[in-house]
Amino acid sequence: MIAIASSAGLWWTILRTSLEERLAYRADFALGTLMRFLPIVTQILLWKAIFEAAGEKEIAGFQYKDMVAYYLIVMISRALSSMPTLASSITLQIRNGDIKKFLIQPVDMIGFLLLMRVAWKLVYYIVAIGPFALVFYLCRGFFDGWPDAATMLAFITSLAMAFLLGFFLEVTIGMIGFWFLEVSSLLFIYMVLNFLLSGHMFPLALLPDSIEPWVRALPLQFLAGFPTEVFLGNVTGEAMLRGLWTQFMWVVFFLATSRIAYHYGVKRYSAFGG
Amino acid sequence: MRRSKSTHPSYLAVLATFARNSLVRDMTFRGNFLIECVTSLAWMTMNLYFYMLIFQFTQEIGSDTGWSKFPFLVFLATTMLVNSLVQTFIMPNAAEFSELIRMGNLDFALLKPIDTQFLISFQKIQWSSLSNFFFGAALLAYSLARLNHVPGVIEVVLYPVYIVTGVAIMYSLMICLAATSVWMGRNQTLYDFWFYITTFSRYPIEIYKGGLGRPFMIGFTFVVPILIVANVPARFLAKPLQKGEWYLAGYAAIATIASLYVSRQIFRKALVGYRSASS
Repeated sequence: MIAIASSAGLWWTILRTSLEERLAYRADFALGTLMRFLPIVTQILLWKAIFEAAGEKEIAGFQYKDMVAYYLIVMISRALSSMPTLASSITLQIRNGDIKKFLIQPVDMIGFLLLMRVAWKLVYYIVAIGPFALVFYLCRGFFDGWPDAATMLAFITSLAMAFLLGFFLEVTIGMIGFWFLEVSSLLFIYMVLNFLLSGHMFPLALLPDSIEPWVRALPLQFLAGFPTEVFLGNVTGEAMLRGLWTQFMWVVFFLATSRIAYHYGVKRYSAFGG
Repeated sequence: MRRSKSTHPSYLAVLATFARNSLVRDMTFRGNFLIECVTSLAWMTMNLYFYMLIFQFTQEIGSDTGWSKFPFLVFLATTMLVNSLVQTFIMPNAAEFSELIRMGNLDFALLKPIDTQFLISFQKIQWSSLSNFFFGAALLAYSLARLNHVPGVIEVVLYPVYIVTGVAIMYSLMICLAATSVWMGRNQTLYDFWFYITTFSRYPIEIYKGGLGRPFMIGFTFVVPILIVANVPARFLAKPLQKGEWYLAGYAAIATIASLYVSRQIFRKALVGYRSASS
């Protein structure tokens, strides 16, 4: 009992310090969040020009306002599932030897990093809720009102899993650092593929029929596209449940992979210096 | 008594030394260099794919704007050319500048008998980004060959000139943003700001219309003139120039000179405000 309490106390302390650390630069941060919406303006204008010229009401099942709504909601998904500097910080710690502190302290590294990210995302949403609310209020005309409770629940579940998937996927990539010291190029390629194939750059429905199923078979769509499609009602009923289940399985897969990679990585690892 | 020929260093010779040193550094890690080329090309290819996909659904971007597939690809190639030059010559130095200030290392730059802005602007050249330049050039050649008209001699001559003015405008903006780190110490947000506002330069000016687009069009043409960076040269080649559009070319020339002047003034002011941070 005491052991559980002290362990909970430890994790609570980690969470609290991470929260305080992140809140230190909140003004800089709120401004940054608001600016992050600037590229949305170009997307809105670009798609307006495309729809005008195409003369069609729908492109790949999207009307103009659905397209804008898509880009707005995808920002929420990406804000949760993106893990800036996570993989690179792991490889850096492996390279400069910092990782040895996790080997001698009774703190699990992956758990520590997860709590730190939870804190970061909490702070992100606490600070970013203002700019987000403002932008969504200004853009309310692009939405058909709120989705029903069941859709909302599925959306939130899918967002939570998008966060976990993003985390474990990046940790797994970071673990490659145990075998190759420099993975920055690999990370860049992952970033490019992620942007293109997760549905962040454009809805995956735009892809040709010959390519779309292959892209959908990858885990990347669950980081951005899938939660957004759930919110907009593009995926419903059985397809939605199947999607949520697949997303869950991907989370489990990368959780296991990152654990196994860490286990074998640490065995390979040798620390030098003081 | 022998008099030295000049009290000023030869800027061209110094620039050549910077270029050679950067190349030597890049060639020391050849594998890394190759990977950098490949990864930046991946980014370009992705961008191109996005627009190829869009042209599956529409003939044009904006109705009656003339930005159909191949003229638009000329536009896209132009943004790639400008951006690759910015990434090769400007970005690596700008990133360094705020570090120089934070660590107090700007002292060493100030002490050297050469113009400080020149020194910190061109010290590093990221040669691998030139791969994007070749990608842009290839795309330009491919799409030019498929245009419905042949650009005139004047347009062809002016194109590279306006590519350079475009780079100069981007350079001025970067210097202004970098200079603010003297006052702010840390300016991560400002670098994000650079990324977010330069996004606007990558689209044809015609899409900025209506209640939402117009204010951006005016702001990014007359206040921070990044909209003319790619739009002016791309227009020379992509579309037969209309009579009124020569004003745009004249304006771009004036805007470039004004941008360079303003950024120089801001940079000098920043240096006056600099206090060394070293112990």
